[in-house]
Amino acid sequence: MINVAAAAPTPDRSRARRAAQWRRRRTVLLLMAPAIVGFAVFFGYPLVASALFSFTHYDLLSSPRWIGLANYRFLFTQDQELWPAVRNTLWLVVFMVPAQVLFAFGVAMALTRARTGAGVFRTIFYLPALAPVVAATLGFVYLFNPATGPVNTVLGKVGISGPLWFNSPTWAKPSLVLLATWAVGNMMVIFLAAVLDVPEQLQESARLDGAGALQRLRWVTLPTISPVILFAVVIGVIDALQYFTQGYVASAIAQGGQAADAATSLGYPQGSTLFFPILLYEQGFQRFNMGYASAMSMLMLVVALALTLLILRRSSRWVFYQGGGR
Amino acid sequence: MAGTAVQLGPAAQHVARTVPRSIRRRRLLVAVADHSILIALTIGFLAPFVFMVLTSLMTNEQSLSTNLWPHPFRFQNYVDVFRVEPLLRYALNTFLYAGLATLGLLLSSIPAAYALAVLRWRGRNVAFVLVLVTMMLPQQVTIVPLYILFSKLHLIGTIWPLVIPNWFGDAFSIFLLRQFFLTIPSEYADAARVDGCGELRILTSVYCRLAKPAIAAVALFSFLYCWNDFFAPLLYTGENPAHWTLSIGLSQFRTVHQVQWNLTMAATLLFMAPVIALFFAAQKSFVEGVTLTGVKG
Repeated sequence: MINVAAAAPTPDRSRARRAAQWRRRRTVLLLMAPAIVGFAVFFGYPLVASALFSFTHYDLLSSPRWIGLANYRFLFTQDQELWPAVRNTLWLVVFMVPAQVLFAFGVAMALTRARTGAGVFRTIFYLPALAPVVAATLGFVYLFNPATGPVNTVLGKVGISGPLWFNSPTWAKPSLVLLATWAVGNMMVIFLAAVLDVPEQLQESARLDGAGALQRLRWVTLPTISPVILFAVVIGVIDALQYFTQGYVASAIAQGGQAADAATSLGYPQGSTLFFPILLYEQGFQRFNMGYASAMSMLMLVVALALTLLILRRSSRWVFYQGGGR
Repeated sequence: MAGTAVQLGPAAQHVARTVPRSIRRRRLLVAVADHSILIALTIGFLAPFVFMVLTSLMTNEQSLSTNLWPHPFRFQNYVDVFRVEPLLRYALNTFLYAGLATLGLLLSSIPAAYALAVLRWRGRNVAFVLVLVTMMLPQQVTIVPLYILFSKLHLIGTIWPLVIPNWFGDAFSIFLLRQFFLTIPSEYADAARVDGCGELRILTSVYCRLAKPAIAAVALFSFLYCWNDFFAPLLYTGENPAHWTLSIGLSQFRTVHQVQWNLTMAATLLFMAPVIALFFAAQKSFVEGVTLTGVKG
């Protein structure tokens, strides 16, 4: 076809070709149009606008006023609430994400060893992931109610006096981790599929070489599913960075009706559940400091990008792609 | 049990063809051990549900005591809960949000996924990377200007800010559908092209038909996401209780009706019920869909 076109570039033929090319481009444009508009209006524009607003003072009533780096100066040097919020969110990245990944993997491994009823077990383990987050959080705050909740009641019956859970600054975050591991179904199903996908010949030949169960796990299963582990870690970290609902609802409910206004329940108890997105919500949409909230969202953008890149960069040491990479 | 096995031990050794008793016993123990882990996990996963159901059937006084078993069973809670809170209105709002968002999401994401998976055009790889980036960034990064945009349009206090963006493509759905479209052999599309089909025809009559499980999974995920969504409804409808979704209504429940844990748990379970029913109705495409997100990612 190229030969023919080169040999005889008649205006007729090249016009026809250009028309066909244009028609194809028009098809692509047509198919992509909603997504392109969506990307521009609901992602590109807000990203740029957020960066610009972060240099302004903007309360939504009067128009934005340029104040240079003042927001960032306050953010990094004066905001008393910021560092606790950053610490709490990073705590989730360091403790909750590994807990989720390990637990999901453990449950998936246990499922692969089921002789009978694997489907039933899988369904039961998946169910909590379906529970709406607000519903699950409400349920957990009730279950872990220090005075009358079933958990401490049962613990009391075996002679343990349970902690204050969601009402204790030390235990509030671990309680949220328990909630997160309970609802770990999606990650579990992904791990299960990956583990079942490990080629049987690999396991068999390792077995013939005298590898025990633990050695096979270390040298066959884990390397084979390492891309899926990477995927789970990245998704887990991103979810941890935007962790909002559970912390917001748990602190409001655990505090009860003691104080009706949201400001005092922020991060209850004692700011231990004040996560970065909750503070951002408070600044932007309760106190209407739009410029300051934009500066916070820029910080979040940088941290999210940095963490993702760091994990991906480090991953080349332990992630193994079959067929030598993609 | 171990005692009887020891007693029968010598007799069994005479039966040469069967697996030696010691190995069989070990296997049995291993099987019990394996299942005991699974059984313990089952109890752990189900216990919260059980206690929630039990509490939802208690009287108010009892739900504030340390008793674990309802006495008497108070099924009336499930009627009362509709009286103390406009749950049906919240449910209607939630259905409206989830339904309209899912519809728009499918209509806008399927064509984009097709263009990214099947058609060849300059900039396609860049576009795909942009989809991935959109998917990866926390939503709080862009939330301030979006809120300002919707407040300029006077849409704060309605569900429209929740619905409208879904009509303009959703990154996660585009990604998922693209991954599935890639697994469909291109021979199908080529054959249809030879028969004179346009791209739209190929998309609707070949790809959509073959990708039904993936489309079902994407629709389910979207519906679930909207049903469970809290941050965006809180942001956009928080000031107007008439447009609250179930998750907002429920999160306010305890503050309004401070001590009524029994009613709170009844409402919580009613909130979970449709999702769990949906899951059992479409379990297969669920699990396939979740698997698709990981394995092909």
